[in-house]
Amino acid sequence: MDSFFFRFRNALVLIVIVLLQVVALAVQVQRPVDGAMPGSIPDGRKITLLRRWTVALVTPVERLVHGTSLDTRQVWGNYIDLRHARQQNAELKQEITRLREEQAAFAEDAAQGRRLEAILGFQQKYITKTVAAQVIGTSGTDRSHVLYIDKGSSDGLRPNQAVITPYGVVGKLRDVFAHNAQLLLINDSSSGAGVLLEQTRIRGIIRGTSSGQVQINDLTPDSRIKPGEEVVTSGGDQVFPRGLPVGTIESIAPDPLHQPYTAITIKPAADLNRLEEVLVITGTSTTMPAQAQADAAQAEATAEENKRAAEVLAEKLPSIEDPSAATNAAGTGANGTAANGSVANGKPGDAASGKPLDTTGQNLVGGLPGVPNSGLPKVQPALHPDRYTPGSTPPAADLQPGAPEPKALQDSESSPKPDAD
Amino acid sequence: MPEHSYTSRAELDQYAFRPVVTVLAPLLCILLQAMLPKTWSKFNYVDLPLIAVIFFAVARRNPITGTITGTVIGLLQDGLTNHPFGVFGIAKGIIGYIAASIGFTVDVDNMLNRVLLNFGFSLVQSGLLYLISRRLLADPAVHLQPVHQLICAVVNALVAVPVFLLLDRFKIRE
Repeated sequence: MDSFFFRFRNALVLIVIVLLQVVALAVQVQRPVDGAMPGSIPDGRKITLLRRWTVALVTPVERLVHGTSLDTRQVWGNYIDLRHARQQNAELKQEITRLREEQAAFAEDAAQGRRLEAILGFQQKYITKTVAAQVIGTSGTDRSHVLYIDKGSSDGLRPNQAVITPYGVVGKLRDVFAHNAQLLLINDSSSGAGVLLEQTRIRGIIRGTSSGQVQINDLTPDSRIKPGEEVVTSGGDQVFPRGLPVGTIESIAPDPLHQPYTAITIKPAADLNRLEEVLVITGTSTTMPAQAQADAAQAEATAEENKRAAEVLAEKLPSIEDPSAATNAAGTGANGTAANGSVANGKPGDAASGKPLDTTGQNLVGGLPGVPNSGLPKVQPALHPDRYTPGSTPPAADLQPGAPEPKALQDSESSPKPDAD
Repeated sequence: MPEHSYTSRAELDQYAFRPVVTVLAPLLCILLQAMLPKTWSKFNYVDLPLIAVIFFAVARRNPITGTITGTVIGLLQDGLTNHPFGVFGIAKGIIGYIAASIGFTVDVDNMLNRVLLNFGFSLVQSGLLYLISRRLLADPAVHLQPVHQLICAVVNALVAVPVFLLLDRFKIRE
């Protein structure tokens, strides 16, 4: 008997080790909860302990290396790359001006949307608190799309909190340790999120594939769904707040494995392969945050001001047709406040008259440069002149009290009116 | 206790490593594997821990040591993923065993043999991972991707050459 164990000791050791791990696998596998994939559920207590030890072994070095590389990049950014700061500052100021105008253009629609939502009883979730975190490591295999971030439970992070970047949704937290956390990306095969196609308003569920793509594969073929359509979170999964950008539809093809459904491949809005910094959403509220409320109020005020300026302009100069108005109106959205190009563009102008001023202070309405008001349309000659026809009435200075009416006016008054009979 | 003749391959080519190398080399491979894809996502094609398992297994030529080394490295890799512990542990344990067994019959100092070994074991690992995920864990999302696995195998075989040459420096003939 001894010789049997000795003779086959190598194979026996292998069998025992493999069997032990098979049993361990069986113990660890969890039953899916509410349709969630097993890999997306945080580990049980004993497994978390094992993972914590592994992560504790690896992440300090990752953190050190990441910190060193970050310092190097900061030195580069602060001292060498600073020469572009002035130009970037000017560009950013221009960008802020443009965005303010855009914000004003959308403010009215947003306010209307909020009113309608209130009427219909929707509950919008606003992001009130986020924690910025740095990505310090990965899982190291393309079978598991997991990242490690440098913030953990000591920073207020909890499992299943949504993680985003300014560009869009990234994923959610899975296991959270004291000083770091495991981030499950949306392209992992165990990950999922409720989404909404922005134009067609069709709801679906995105899932990662084994090849690292993001797909919706619970929708049947629909001719309304087209590549290029934006996809946003629907809020139905209770993880991601509603309306966060997810990506755009890249391709639509029949799903051979799940007929009759289609495989709608989505290009994520955030670059999941080059994540450096992420935001973990740690707080949401059904009321808009104070800062956002102030911004919305300011945007609404700007929109109202633009609208008034456009109305004054339309009132004072009803026949003006600014050739750039149509282009600007199209460019600023269909809110109706951008009827006059100069106002919608945010160019400095005469706020009282609504007409823009040139450098000499003269009113310029289109036309040739340097020729005031040369852009005004020319008046066509009247077919049946009357007292209101331009040029038919003598100047007031020439008229005498009690004098007979000029002949031209008498003729125009006596001529038969076209709609009299 | 089997006796080795003076000229047996096992006696001639069996190597040992300092404990610090035994611990730090696989750990460094796991660390690099976890950090490098952050800046270069294509690095996921490479499996440095697998290369380390194959190297230590064929150098020591002891199936038990190979199995244990493979299992430990695999379990450490599992700890960084969202998979249950054991997926990589089983796969790399089996590869460690086979690699150590093959080491008796193949000249593992030959460059071509090293390339072929790494290419073959990379494919074997892909097959084992597929079986474990699909059959043991019943994960429907896992599919075989032959082209991707072939590319991974080729890349691993090429990367293994300089890694083996580097680790050769730490060998101690027993």
